[in-house]
Amino acid sequence: MNSATVRNLLVRGMLAGLAAGVLALVVAYLLGEPNVDKAISFEEAHSHEHEMEVVSRSLQSTAGLATGVLVYGVAFGGIAALAYCFALGRVGRFSPRATALLLSGCALLAVYVVPFLKYPANPPSVGNADTIGKRTTLYFLMMLLSVLLAVAATLLGKRLAPGLGTWWATVVAVAAFAVVIGLAYEFLPAVNEVPKDFPATLLWRFRLSALAIQAVLWTGFGLLFGELAERLLNPKPAAATSGRTVPASH
Amino acid sequence: MAQTVAQPTATTPVVPATLPLKAIAPWAVFFGILMLVLLYFVGAEQGATSVLNGTDVHEWVHDGRHLLGFPCH
Repeated sequence: MNSATVRNLLVRGMLAGLAAGVLALVVAYLLGEPNVDKAISFEEAHSHEHEMEVVSRSLQSTAGLATGVLVYGVAFGGIAALAYCFALGRVGRFSPRATALLLSGCALLAVYVVPFLKYPANPPSVGNADTIGKRTTLYFLMMLLSVLLAVAATLLGKRLAPGLGTWWATVVAVAAFAVVIGLAYEFLPAVNEVPKDFPATLLWRFRLSALAIQAVLWTGFGLLFGELAERLLNPKPAAATSGRTVPASH
Repeated sequence: MAQTVAQPTATTPVVPATLPLKAIAPWAVFFGILMLVLLYFVGAEQGATSVLNGTDVHEWVHDGRHLLGFPCH
């Protein structure tokens, strides 16, 4: 029975991740691709060697982009659903739907925003090919550190809650997370490989569009998965009736 | 009318029952690893490290890799 619930939540998480991936793909195509194209034009204008095209630009910006974003959505949808199984009923007095949105918000911060503030997304032509190994290691390390610290902060908040009350336990846990992340920002090596003359506005717009993709992905996932989880775990049509009777009583 | 409608069950949020860790663990291990492998192929294959030869995977997910924030090249 419980194992079946985990399986059902996992399947719904992957489907919600796929659907949220479609929304994020629209944003990536409309907001992100123009910046990728401009960055590639800059690269071609400034490099002497011409690379042979393995996959054409028109495929990279459509089918290739879709593969990347959708697989990313499904994979993180699955992982988030598994994390949700742990979080459900353990993080506080939240309904299934509220737990899903809370988890998605935390995931957006821990999986993307916190690593992004130290190692932001870079368009083509930003980044030295010789340091790809180091940059990939640092990025995944930052992501792993951020997720583990977010889990640790949650456990800390839970432990402090009986003594300090929920409000102050949350404040202390978030502050502890911020301090340790601040130390990591300070002591992990910086990466700055923006070429001379690369347009600052283009870099800014590219990074904003990368952030928008993630915001849409995780918000969409939280709302969709929350709805599916609520229907799975609270199958009675309570939402419709209580939603109308509660305001009437005030 | 209002008193009859405002049942405690309607206003108190229902705290969902927890799922036992034993029920989650097998799914978390198997699908967790599978999902991480998918992320590896989108985010890092044929960049920093390569399992497959060539640059096809890298080139195919090139734009996604840049826009999803992974270091690409």
